[in-house]
Amino acid sequence: MNKPFATVLDPGTSLNNKTGSWRTIRPEYVHRLPPCNVTCPAGENIQQWLSLAQEGRFFEAWLEMIKDNPFPATMGRVCYHTCETTCNRVQFDGAVNINLIERSIGDIAISKNWKFSPPEKSSGKNVLIIGAGPSGLSAAYFLRKFGHNVTIYESHKLPGGMARYGVPKYRLPRHILDAEIQRIIDLGVNIKCNQKVDCLNDVKDKFDAVYLAVGASLASQTDIEISDDSKTVDAIDLFKNLEDYPDEVPNLGQKVLVYGGGNTAIDAARTALRLGAKSVKIIYRRTINNMPAHESEIQEALSEGVEIHCLRTISSIKGEKILLAKMNYDEETNNLFKTGETELVIADSVIFAIGQSVEDSIVKNTKGILISNKGVIEINKSMQTGVKGVFAGGDVIHGKRTVTHAIGYGKKAAKSIDAFLNGKEYEPNLKNEIANFKKLNTEYYKSDKRKEVCRLGELNFEEKDVSYSDEQIIQESNRCFSCGNCFHCDNCYAYCPDNAIIKHEDGTLEFNYDYCKGCGICAKECPCGSIRMVTDDIN
Amino acid sequence: MSSLTMGNRFGRNTTVQSENNRPNSLTSGHRACQGCGEALAARCSLDAAYIETKGNIAVVNATGCLEVFSCAYPENSWNIPWVHSLFGNAAAVASGVAAAFKSQKKDIRVIAQGGDGGTTDIGMACLSGMFERNDDVLYICYDNEAYMNTGVQRSSATLTFARTATTLPNGQYMGNDIRTGKNVPEIAMAHGIPYVASASIGDIHDLEKKVKKAIHIKGAKYIQIHSPCPLGWGYPTENTIQLAKLAIKCGLYPLFEAENGVVVNSTAIDNIISVESYLKGQKRFAHLFGKNAQVNSWKVIQELANNHIRKYKLGEVVYE
Ligand SMILES: Cc1cc2nc3c(=O)[nH]c(=O)nc-3n(C[C@H](O)[C@H](O)[C@H](O)COP(=O)(O)OP(=O)(O)OC[C@H]3O[C@@H](n4cnc5c(N)ncnc54)[C@H](O)[C@@H]3O)c2cc1C
Ligand SMILES: Cc1ncc(C[n+]2csc(CCOP(=O)(O)OP(=O)(O)O)c2C)c(N)n1
Ligand code: SF4
Ligand code: SF4
Ligand SMILES: [Mg+2]
Repeated sequence: MNKPFATVLDPGTSLNNKTGSWRTIRPEYVHRLPPCNVTCPAGENIQQWLSLAQEGRFFEAWLEMIKDNPFPATMGRVCYHTCETTCNRVQFDGAVNINLIERSIGDIAISKNWKFSPPEKSSGKNVLIIGAGPSGLSAAYFLRKFGHNVTIYESHKLPGGMARYGVPKYRLPRHILDAEIQRIIDLGVNIKCNQKVDCLNDVKDKFDAVYLAVGASLASQTDIEISDDSKTVDAIDLFKNLEDYPDEVPNLGQKVLVYGGGNTAIDAARTALRLGAKSVKIIYRRTINNMPAHESEIQEALSEGVEIHCLRTISSIKGEKILLAKMNYDEETNNLFKTGETELVIADSVIFAIGQSVEDSIVKNTKGILISNKGVIEINKSMQTGVKGVFAGGDVIHGKRTVTHAIGYGKKAAKSIDAFLNGKEYEPNLKNEIANFKKLNTEYYKSDKRKEVCRLGELNFEEKDVSYSDEQIIQESNRCFSCGNCFHCDNCYAYCPDNAIIKHEDGTLEFNYDYCKGCGICAKECPCGSIRMVTDDIN
Repeated sequence: MSSLTMGNRFGRNTTVQSENNRPNSLTSGHRACQGCGEALAARCSLDAAYIETKGNIAVVNATGCLEVFSCAYPENSWNIPWVHSLFGNAAAVASGVAAAFKSQKKDIRVIAQGGDGGTTDIGMACLSGMFERNDDVLYICYDNEAYMNTGVQRSSATLTFARTATTLPNGQYMGNDIRTGKNVPEIAMAHGIPYVASASIGDIHDLEKKVKKAIHIKGAKYIQIHSPCPLGWGYPTENTIQLAKLAIKCGLYPLFEAENGVVVNSTAIDNIISVESYLKGQKRFAHLFGKNAQVNSWKVIQELANNHIRKYKLGEVVYE
């Protein structure tokens, strides 16, 4: 074409002018890890299922939960929800009530009888799990999903471990626990109850791999002087008897002392009240702030009338006369010592809740399995013990002793065992960068108070129904910031001065690097921190 | 989720800008600087008008960045009927275009647009005439507070004390200390025209609402849109929206609507902030805070914001 003087281009649209060449940095869509997901001991993808719940897609939300945890309804009752402590919304107007949403959706799943889909393949490999507590059951669930045959030996009459023989009914109704365990059994997991394994060596060679999940249910002992006419009981035994012999109500008397400061002590105290005690005192050696029990549980116990007497230990128990020694505790040096003062209290019975340890006789004869000086089984990073093919997890290893951690260990062990059975080593995926509060632009979120409920019910063994209605689930889920993961707010698309973002029919977004000049507005205005600016390659 | 975002998965209170089929009146490949507020403001306004009239708009552009960066010969970025004439006569040309459509009995809505220089200074006479005759034109002024296209010279819309190429701070001279600037929305209101509004790219929901309303009104309409300019104001390109929002939040850029010369509503500010946080992010005000700054000179600007807060009932004055 014959062009006028000094003209090199044909007339036309500026789309010919690829302004992307101006750029030195460029945006990219990323998935960052929401802090809630990071701190969930079972590694749930909380943000993801909240997003589905926002749309009222409860079934899909539940499917997303059970990708990482087969116990949503149980979680929503017993989990100490560390996710909520780190939820970015804490720094705005209060954490998302993740735990209650999980419970509510878990309850819907039970009432609608939603089931796990059966395994897609069968490996023909046989795995033995010892212990049908949360950790063993979780491992069984995942191993079954991977296609392996799973047998569990359980010494108790019923499966559930400490979730049944520890956590009292008023916090975890048994029909809830039963329903969630039944789904695992329905997957084809073979649970053999009343089957105590005395020695690992007797059984391990019949299976391709073993998961040791026997927990820590041996009540710790003390050297307190106790006279024969005294009435004392270990909390663990009390709970077990209540469970296995529900008709034989133990007589603890009117005045009960509970010795210890953990969750077990709190549960024992609250159980004693429910069994008819008029006065229940917890005796704890350090201060209330040092109690290992969860803050909310302490509060609930106090509101029910449990007294907490801190800075005291029990010296002797002589009938109903209990001699306490007063203590001094220096938080900085962790120095705990007797002041020399004593105090006499009268009580009909004393419940011991001073901790549990691992019953290690089962591995005594198995060469290669190491017990640490803390009395727990030692494992490597794939959760394998010193014996090839024998894995361990849950309360039996060193770590936090909670139902959720036990489930998380079960999942990880299952992945390791699966890798082992396939002749490989389990390699966890690399973690994305964390979407902390600084990565958000919270201007785009409206303030909306957390919908709180009071879980405190009447003084009996019934649970208080506090689950959200469908509408409340949607409302509370909508408080989620969607940290680190695009929630299709279209800010980036709307704000780009160069139309350098393509919005597809299905709402997904894509950068058009032909025109992106790299101004960075999209990244700045993304509410949830889903866009990262990176140095552009020169080419 | 939040209706404060441009769009959402639930289709609640979304903007034209969030739609995947938005017209993109101003298309890619234009030569505006990285992070240009004016390019964004123009696309938002014209897309809203386009959707509202099913594409029946025609646009007259004054000289200025918007015109220069969108039609460097032989390329053009406009997906709509668009004409450029001169720096100061957009209002007059638009009046003529409107008259032509009227005589042809075509229901095409006419928009004139230009920068603050082309509007508040050189275009003032034509604009006032358009107002006075109540010509059926929506005039949109993209206010970036200076003559950006020719290298950041002061206009009558330049904020007090701002450094521009023609108001360089020097010793006792604090930059543009001439006066408070020309309030063109008020001048428009004084003509008693049917509709006057201020808007900002810091609030696109509001901007679109105002354009959609104005485009249907018969007679002369004026909307002035705050459009931050990274180059002229001296701030990192990613902060364009942030600065527009800060200007709203401190009261310096009040958002209001006026009908027939009377203010009918204004957008209250939730948490009024100090002008300091707005000014400090911009190099054009660096001399107000640097070593040689006269103590608290920026308080003069705070007073301007406070006047707006009182006058347009944006809330309670917090910072004196
Ligand atoms: C009173 C109490 C309240 C608690 N409350 C909470 C709470 O609210 N939230 C929370 O997160 N955590 C709570 N915990 C802690 C939590 O219950 C445990 O951390 C969790 O159950 C550990 O799971 P696990 O599977 O590792 O072990 P366990 O739950 O102890 O399960 C181990 C299982 O192995 C079986 N077993 C043991 N030895 C053998 C053997 N030789 N052969 C066959 N089977 C065997 C046991 O019978 C048991 O069923 C509580 C604990 C107690 C004691
Ligand atoms: C009559 C006339 N005088 C001067 C100019 C040079 N000129 C072109 S654009 C411009 C400034 C435009 O400023 P503004 O209207 O604020 O628009 P901006 O570039 O800031 O968007 C000037 C002075 C001109 N084109 N015509
Ligand atoms: S706001 Fe949502 S994604 Fe972010 S931490 Fe809280 S629950 Fe997780
Ligand atoms: S700005 Fe909105 S649409 Fe864009 S990536 Fe972030 S969340 Fe997704
Ligand atoms: Mg200008």
